Amino acid sequence: MNKIIKYVLYDIVRSKIVVAYTLFLLLLSIGLFNLGGSADKGLLSLLNLVLLTVPLISIVFATTHFYNSYEFMELLVSQPIRRSKIFLSEYLGVSLSLSAAFLIGVGIPVLLFAPGATGLYLVLTGVFITFIFVALAFLASVITRDKAKGIGIALMLWFYFALIYDGIVLFILYSFGDYPLEYATLALTALNPVDLGRVMVLLNLDVSAMMGYTGALYKSIFGSGWGVGIAFLILVLWVLVPLLISRRAFIKRDL
Amino acid sequence: MYKSYGKLQVLRGVSVELEKGKVISIIGPNGAGKTTMSKCILGMVLPDSGDIKMNGESVLKKHAYRSQIGYMPQIGKYPENMKIRQVIEMVRDIRKEDAVDEELIGLYRLEEMYDKRMGSLSGGTKQKVSAAIAFLFDPEVLILDEPTAGLDPISAEILKGKILKEKKKGKLVLITSHVMSEIEEVADEILCLVDGNVMFYETISDLKAQTQETRLSRAVAKIMKEGRVL
Repeated sequence: MNKIIKYVLYDIVRSKIVVAYTLFLLLLSIGLFNLGGSADKGLLSLLNLVLLTVPLISIVFATTHFYNSYEFMELLVSQPIRRSKIFLSEYLGVSLSLSAAFLIGVGIPVLLFAPGATGLYLVLTGVFITFIFVALAFLASVITRDKAKGIGIALMLWFYFALIYDGIVLFILYSFGDYPLEYATLALTALNPVDLGRVMVLLNLDVSAMMGYTGALYKSIFGSGWGVGIAFLILVLWVLVPLLISRRAFIKRDL
Repeated sequence: MYKSYGKLQVLRGVSVELEKGKVISIIGPNGAGKTTMSKCILGMVLPDSGDIKMNGESVLKKHAYRSQIGYMPQIGKYPENMKIRQVIEMVRDIRKEDAVDEELIGLYRLEEMYDKRMGSLSGGTKQKVSAAIAFLFDPEVLILDEPTAGLDPISAEILKGKILKEKKKGKLVLITSHVMSEIEEVADEILCLVDGNVMFYETISDLKAQTQETRLSRAVAKIMKEGRVL
């Protein structure tokens, strides 16, 4: 497996997109920390931008990479290697390189300007989001052979998780405002990894005081150790479920 | 073996036994299922039903058996930004075997072009790389999908010589091809697929005797015509 990951990484590093991504994140983080004044403010702006850009870049990069390595995978499939090994090597190659870019681009500035638990949560969330959206991208790529369609599906997924989902949640909250919705919103949060990450970081900032009763409930859950544990468990599920579905589809498909 | 792509049935109950030490040529019109059949053997395409056995053991859902197969695809597709050297070294690295048979690399003078990128190679040169990789590990079974299409006459001659040499070592060589004269030169037996069915599977001398023709292309044409009537 390591050997194949080595060749996948080699291919990714040569394309230089990951390097550009690292520089972009680095500039973004340093810029935001120098702009805001207080470290918390910087973290908050960084959180919002990270939750918008990291999923988008991860999903688009991973989808195009998958289609571009089609020949590479075809070459490997006729060799004595398990298909799941080829697939997982591709996955780990892409997600590890994007995570490394994130750790350098956001992790180092956070460590310098705003060290602490909140910063750690932000970095962890970013890494999880990277792994999740690469898995979703691979799922989109395995579903269809057509590159344009695959990228289309990937973009729709990003659009859904980053923008449409929040609209749906707001709509539900607004329509059923007369009912107690605290636990329902909690469940709705778990159904979107981006929101889950956002809530986890937000609750470690002081702004959660402004979130009313729901915020207090969230705080009581995510403030405790087991609550955070469960949140991370859900994020792990968000990685594994699409990854295992797409791995299964990849093993059963004709090349 | 049965295989269909959606509504299109490509293999409808192909059942054959292939012995080693022979060169078997798979022929048939375009879309008869020749490539699909060889891809099934390689595990690149999974048959809907049926089984593929190698030395008595089923190879479906397995992968280790592929170390005994050398495959030369019809159109070699390689990562465009890798150099010839890297592709060959990568396959070697992944197979964990030392290359045993570098004869074709030498004969095709691939070493001189080792630093060229795969994307910049002509179709024929890619074919040479495919051929060199297929023979590299001295496999028991060779599957060559239209090997000489796109090769210049000299390179095609080299390849044919190599095929005959490997046959003498007791290997099984499967070739799909449309060029009858070429098949006559290298093959012992002919497996003819039409619309996903085996139409006939005979030795070349039997074919000629049955049809009383001296040239293979005529013999095959005669049988195909009769087959249509049946």
